[in-house]
Amino acid sequence: MSTISIRKYASENGALAGLVVLALVIAVMQPAFLNAQNLLNVGVQAAVIAIMAFGMTFVVVAGGIDLSVGSIAALAAMVGALTAGPIGLVVGALCGLVNGALISYGKLPPFIATLAMLSVARGLTLVFSEGQPHETDALVTFLGSNLAPMVPLPLLLMLAFFGITGLILTRTNLGRRMYAIGGNEEAAKLSGIDVRRQKLWIYALSGLFAAAAGLVLAGRLGSAGPQAAVGYELDAIAAVVIGGASLSGGVGRATGTLVGALVLAVLRNGLNLLQVPPFWQQVVIGAVIALAALLDSLRRR
Amino acid sequence: MKTLITARGITKHFGATKALDGVDLDINAGEVHVLLGENGAGKSTLVKVLAGIHGHDAGTIEGHASLAVIHQELALVPELSVAENLFLNRLPRRFGFVDRAEMRRRAPELLDRVGLDVDPDAKVRDLGIAQQQMIEIARALDKDAGVLILDEPTAVLTETETDRLLQIMVQLRQNGVGLVFITHHLDEIQRVADRITVLRDGRSVGVLGPKATTRHMIELMVGRPIDEQYPRARQRPGQPLLSIEGLTRRGAFEDISIEVHAGEVVGIAGLVGAGRTEVARAAFGVDGYDHGTVEVDGKPLRRGDVQAAIKAGLGLVPEDRKGQGLVLTATVGQNLELVTLGDRDQKRLHDIAGKLRIKGRVEQPVKELSGGNQQKVVIGKWLLADPKVLILDEPTRGVDVGAKVEIYELINRMTAQGRAVLLVSSDLPEVIGMSDRVVVMAHGRVAGELPRGATQDQVMALAVQEISA
Ligand SMILES: Nc1ncnc2c1ncn2[C@@H]1O[C@H](COP(=O)(O)OP(=O)(O)OP(=O)(O)O)[C@@H](O)[C@H]1O
Ligand SMILES: [Mg+2]
Repeated sequence: MSTISIRKYASENGALAGLVVLALVIAVMQPAFLNAQNLLNVGVQAAVIAIMAFGMTFVVVAGGIDLSVGSIAALAAMVGALTAGPIGLVVGALCGLVNGALISYGKLPPFIATLAMLSVARGLTLVFSEGQPHETDALVTFLGSNLAPMVPLPLLLMLAFFGITGLILTRTNLGRRMYAIGGNEEAAKLSGIDVRRQKLWIYALSGLFAAAAGLVLAGRLGSAGPQAAVGYELDAIAAVVIGGASLSGGVGRATGTLVGALVLAVLRNGLNLLQVPPFWQQVVIGAVIALAALLDSLRRR
Repeated sequence: MKTLITARGITKHFGATKALDGVDLDINAGEVHVLLGENGAGKSTLVKVLAGIHGHDAGTIEGHASLAVIHQELALVPELSVAENLFLNRLPRRFGFVDRAEMRRRAPELLDRVGLDVDPDAKVRDLGIAQQQMIEIARALDKDAGVLILDEPTAVLTETETDRLLQIMVQLRQNGVGLVFITHHLDEIQRVADRITVLRDGRSVGVLGPKATTRHMIELMVGRPIDEQYPRARQRPGQPLLSIEGLTRRGAFEDISIEVHAGEVVGIAGLVGAGRTEVARAAFGVDGYDHGTVEVDGKPLRRGDVQAAIKAGLGLVPEDRKGQGLVLTATVGQNLELVTLGDRDQKRLHDIAGKLRIKGRVEQPVKELSGGNQQKVVIGKWLLADPKVLILDEPTRGVDVGAKVEIYELINRMTAQGRAVLLVSSDLPEVIGMSDRVVVMAHGRVAGELPRGATQDQVMALAVQEISA
C-alpha cells in the first residue's frame, strides 16, 4: 500500500483505528475484556445508543440536530408498555414529524424545536406513567432477550438498523438529498429538492429510530421507566461526531456512527472492568469525545 | 526595474495531481504581470503558494514586499456590515472596544476609491456579488501593499466596474506597486498587461509581451487555435416555450414581458442592479412576485414553486455557484445528478463531464476543482436534466476561452433540439454574440430590445438610460 492510500484509509477510518487501539489497551490492562460474554455485553450496551445515533445521523448529515431522541425513546417505551409496542413506534415517528413541521414550516431552528420536544415528550412520559415504571409486554420483552444462547436480539437489531441506515444514506433519493441539504440548502432548493418536505421525513425517521431504541431498552430491562434514557441524546450525538460526521452538515456515514457507538460502549465497559470510579468515568468519556473530535479536525487539515 | 518577488521552480502536488510543475515567476515594481491559462492550469494554486496559504514541494520564493491578495472565491463575512468587512482584522478601537464612529468615517473614503455607492452599515449578505467583489478590492487597497495579486476579480464585474478596476490598477502601477492579474477576458489583458505568463497543466509554457495578439494567447494556453469565439448557430424559432407577462415585484422589477421561442436564445443585458437576476429567480419560482404570469410551453406556473417549474420543464443555472449552485462537500458526480436524482445513468454522467471537459474525476469532491471547472459542474447538472427552457445566469463566469466555446456549442445543441435558452449575462460580447435577440433591462424595467448584430454601444445606450416613471 502506498503512503497515499494508507493516509486515505486512515482518514476514512480514523474512528475505527481509534476503536481498535482502545480495545487493545483495555485488553492488555484487563484480559477479561476479551471474554466472549463480555464482548456480547458491549454489543448489547452499544445497541440502544447506536440505533438512536443512526437516526441522529440522518439529521446531522442534513445539517440539523435532534435533542429530543432520549425523551422520545422514553415516551415510546412508556406508550408501548401501556398499550402495545408498535403503537410506541408510531408515537415516536409522530413526535419526529412534529419536530420536522416546526423546523421546516414553522422555521424554528432545529436546536429550539427539538429542545421543546425534549421537554414535552419527557413530560408526557411522566403524565402517562404517573411517575411509575410499567412492565413491558411479551413482544417488547422479546426485543431485549436472547434469540438463542449467545445470540442477543438487541445486537442483531443494531446490525439490522445499521444496514437500513447505510441503505437509506447511500442508495435512496432521500439519503442523497440529506447530503445535498446539509451541504448547501440553497443549492438543494434551486435544484428542485423540496427541502421542507424532506426535513419532515428526516426528523420523522429520527423519531422512529429513537422509539425503536426506547423499546429495545425497555425490553432489556423488562419495564419502561419515566426517567429512562435521560441524557441519551448527548451520547447519540457524541457517537455520530466520533464517527466523523460534521455538525455543520453534509458529511457522515453509517459505519462511522456504528463505530462511534461502539467506542462509547467499549469505553464504558472497559472503565468498569478497570474499576474506575463512576465520577471519573464521566471525565474520561468527555476527554475521549474531545480527543476524537480533535483528531478529526487535525486529519482534515 | 526592481524585482519585488522572485519565484523559481515552484512545484506543488495535491495527492496524485501535480498542480504546479517547476513554475518561474517574477513580480516587478510598476508592472502588471498577467497569469493566463485554462481552468485548472494552476493559476490560483500559484497565487496561494505565493501568499503562503499552500506550502510547496519544491522551488524557492524570494522577496520582501508586503502582499495583498484578492482570492478567486469571495472571502467576506455575510452577516457583518460593509464597514466591518472592510476593516476586519484591523477594526479601529477605542478603550478596547470597536470604534464605530471611526469606522464609519473611514469606510466611505475607501468605498469611494472603488466607486461603490453602498451604505457602510448594510449587511454584506444583502449585496450583489459584484458589489461584494468591489468591497473585497477596497479592502485589499487599504493595506497599501507593495504587491497586489488579483485572482479573477473581473469575473463577477460588469463593464463599468471593470473599467474602474483597470483604472485603479494602472494608477497603482504608476505608484510602483507590483501587480499580478488573472483573468479569462483577453481584451482586459490587452489593455493593462506588461507581461503575460501562460500556464498549461501546471507548467509555464511561455512569457508574452504586452503586444501579444488574442490568437497567440489562445494558441499558447489551449494548445490549438479557436476560430470562432461565439459560434452561434441560429434556428428557425418555433412556438413560444417561455412567456413572461407583466411580471412585477414592487421595488425590484416592473412590468417585465419576455417571450422565448423554441430554438431561440434570448439574451438579457443590463447593468448590475438592473433586476435581471431577480426576474430570472422569480420566473423560476425561487422568489415571489406581486403580479404577472409565467408560462412554460403554454402551462402557467404557480408562483414561488420551484418543483412545479422544474416539472414543467424550466431550469436555472444561478449566478453564485458557491452559494446557490453547488454542494461543495459532495462529489462532482453527486452534484451532477442533483436535479435528476433517481435516474442514475452513469454513462450520461461521464458523457456530460467529458463534453464539458471538466478537469477532475467524477468521484472527486467539488471543492477540490478549480473555479472554472466548478462552474462547468453547475451547467452540467442542468444539461443532464434536459429542460425545455434553460435560464442561464452568468453561465461562463470564470470559464476559460476554450471551455466557453464548448458551453456555447452545448447551447447550440439545445436549441437545435427545439429547446429554448434565456441568457442573462454581463459579458457584452457574449450576450451579443450568442443571443438571437437581446433584451436590455435598466432600473427594473425592459429598456428595449435589439436584434442580432447589435453593437456594444447600442446595448450600453439602453442600459444606462434613465427611465422616467
Ligand atoms: N485543495 C485541492 N485539493 C486537490 N486538488 C486541488 C486543490 N486545489 C486545486 N486543485 C487542483 O489543482 C489544479 C489547479 O487548480 P487551480 O485552482 O490552481 O486552477 P486555476 O488555473 O486557478 O483554474 P481556474 O481558471 O478555473 O480558476 C486543478 O486540477 C485542481 O483540481
Ligand atoms: Mg483559479
